[in-house]
Amino acid sequence: MRVSIDSATCQGHGRCYDLAPDLFGEDEEGYAVLTELTADRDVPEGREGDARLAAANCPELAVLVHEQVRA
Amino acid sequence: MTVDDRFTEEARQQRIAQAQLGTFNEIVTGPVSDWTTDFSHLEPEYAENAIEVWDDLRGRCPVARTERFGGAWLPTRYEDVAAIAYDTEHFTSRAIIVSNVRPPMDVAPVGLAPPISSDPPFHHDARKLLLPAFTKANVAKQAVTTEAFCHSLIDTFAGRDVVDAATDYGMYIPMRVIADMLGFPQEDSEKFAHFVENALEGANGPLEERQARGMALSDYLFEQVRDHLDNPREDLTTYLLNAELYGQRLTPQHVVGTMTLLLIAGIDTTWSAIGSSLWHLAKNPQDRERLVADRSLRPKAVEEFLRAYAPVTMARLVKEDVELGGVQMKKEDWVLLPFPSANRDPERFERADEVVIDREVNRHAAFGLGIHRCVGSHLARMELTVALDVWLDRIPEFSLADPDAVRWSAGQIRGPRALPMRIG
Repeated sequence: MRVSIDSATCQGHGRCYDLAPDLFGEDEEGYAVLTELTADRDVPEGREGDARLAAANCPELAVLVHEQVRA
Repeated sequence: MTVDDRFTEEARQQRIAQAQLGTFNEIVTGPVSDWTTDFSHLEPEYAENAIEVWDDLRGRCPVARTERFGGAWLPTRYEDVAAIAYDTEHFTSRAIIVSNVRPPMDVAPVGLAPPISSDPPFHHDARKLLLPAFTKANVAKQAVTTEAFCHSLIDTFAGRDVVDAATDYGMYIPMRVIADMLGFPQEDSEKFAHFVENALEGANGPLEERQARGMALSDYLFEQVRDHLDNPREDLTTYLLNAELYGQRLTPQHVVGTMTLLLIAGIDTTWSAIGSSLWHLAKNPQDRERLVADRSLRPKAVEEFLRAYAPVTMARLVKEDVELGGVQMKKEDWVLLPFPSANRDPERFERADEVVIDREVNRHAAFGLGIHRCVGSHLARMELTVALDVWLDRIPEFSLADPDAVRWSAGQIRGPRALPMRIG
């Protein structure tokens, strides 16, 4: 699974870093950023549910998850 | 060090004059004759029944109208509230509290309380100044003192069977937090309560009275500024006094306007959220028992209380004629943005009218949508979380002492203002 933050729509509600603080963080102004674990945009195995939950709770729809079919 | 000569008597007079200019309309009070054509959010029947009013209107007249306040609209569907919040082209934040005065056009794009009253592109720059102080990481530093303060409030309940959860508890928490952040004397909470009431619940009151109280607020803030210029310290007021925008220090109107925003917006809102949550738990013993027993449920419950009892309804003025939700809005019409109604739209939320304290997916709009997302949302969440944690841990058993004595506020900030609670 791939994940990204649409910085054009993120308004810093912080739901993603509330719910999954190791997958998402905040910058100095409170906008969401990816973390060490997600810096390459790959969601660590077994954490897909947390990434989905963060996306499902973002009021601005700024957390984008892309389900991938593994070859 | 250069002398700060911005906050002169002239600047103070200018602030007062600015707040008194504008377009006035006749004040209309009295019972609502028809919610679809004559609504008022400042009458007691709205305070009492807002949730039923929204549910009714959403079904049969999703954008209601009133000729009060010189003409205003009340959309109740999520879709319409969101569309307006995102549309800064047709809607201005020049005024965000519906009243009988529309401030002069030329106060835009800054407005009287930047950045909440500001429009793009200025809004972005004014907001940027505030954001770092209100990040989750920075507000977390105040959790320890907030918790100690909540405990001290509950300590004062010793020996009492009945307390008022609104006026003996919830109210003091945001007052204390914002006074600490701005560096204002803690003993001024009585004054804060008056300023807030005038700005929000008193929005349909007599003009002379509102202006006199607005003047008292300006005078108070100028006093605080002078005190900070004489005794600079580590707080938001000193930060604003030193802040720069476009290479220059802020205008005195910007500094005092932002202080007004922080003082007014931080108090009633969080007070309301704490009160509504405790009201719900007093009425629903199963939910109360679950949260007392299982702390891990509380973050979800906090979000659900924010959804179902979102305290804040924002407002805009129409900047350019526009069609929205099937109605023609005209330039200078007011538009209310009832986020709590949007949060109860069944088109958007499953079991929208139920409070589901372990709701997993909760994309609520309690803190607004788009560029004006509440700058204090992380602070409000911290305060609400701490206030509920301390209450539930110290007072696991409580119920409404007198359901008929519960009184909800009218106006754009909704929460219990009298909440007698039997404890223990």
